[in-house]
Amino acid sequence: MEQNHVAHTDHFDPVASKIGMWLFIFTEILLFGGLFIVYSVYRYNHQVEFHLAAEELDVTIGLINTIILLISSMTVAMSITALQLGNKKLTLILLAATILLALVFLVNKYFEWGAKIHHDIYPGSEFLLSLSKGDMLFFGLYFFMTGLHALHIIAGLALLGVVFVKVKNGTVNQNRYSLLENGGLYWHLVDLIWIFLFPLFYLIH
Amino acid sequence: MSEHKNHISTYKSQILVLLTLIMLTVLTVVITSVHLGPFNTAAAMLIASVKAAIVLLYFMHLKFDEKIYRFMVTLVLAIYAVVIIITFFDYLYR
Repeated sequence: MEQNHVAHTDHFDPVASKIGMWLFIFTEILLFGGLFIVYSVYRYNHQVEFHLAAEELDVTIGLINTIILLISSMTVAMSITALQLGNKKLTLILLAATILLALVFLVNKYFEWGAKIHHDIYPGSEFLLSLSKGDMLFFGLYFFMTGLHALHIIAGLALLGVVFVKVKNGTVNQNRYSLLENGGLYWHLVDLIWIFLFPLFYLIH
Repeated sequence: MSEHKNHISTYKSQILVLLTLIMLTVLTVVITSVHLGPFNTAAAMLIASVKAAIVLLYFMHLKFDEKIYRFMVTLVLAIYAVVIIITFFDYLYR
């Protein structure tokens, strides 16, 4: 009876919590998955234009951003290990590192988009409207998909920020770290999407 | 009760996973810089899929967690694959 009461006031089910997170991740896969199909159909219909338009993108900056995201995925995975081992300080350092790397990613993105916009390449620009349909589709998808991905980075930043505060004040701790795990899952999803965006937009030759 | 929570990834294994992922990324860039026609895209997608599998299994812990997550993810990816195949049957043979 006593036990029953405790269980009632303290609902905590890490498995269910993680299943919930995965279900949410599936909706994200559906969202980006649909866009990837749109991309592949248009690319199939406008192969030459997609190849030529992709030459405009800077492989180096794309590669740097890929590596930044991969490293940030590792730091967030390590932060879970650190908390499981009870090393709160290291958890916080690793989370801060992840947040910092995410900001660097966004700054790179800012310069990359800035250069494109400076060259009059953005959805609806006069220059882009003068190009072929394939070019318009390529850059439309480029801005929409990397933009949507960047929004997910910002959402991930907010989530990891909340996790950081909760680890710091002890709400998320060695015995209850579902929120950290779920935040980590979200961050890996953002990485996962970029793993496909990078070759599809930057590496068409 | 907390039995299933016991697997803790080591820092070393996570560094190894990261190095593998970076190596595969560089490999993609190198492969796509050689002109192989349609095989470029096929190779790039194959490597990206391997990278995604590594992230799912190790960073997202599917390899160590309860089987239910792995089952769910496999199911969703299978459904997505079917949608891609159907879409392309439509576009290739219309």
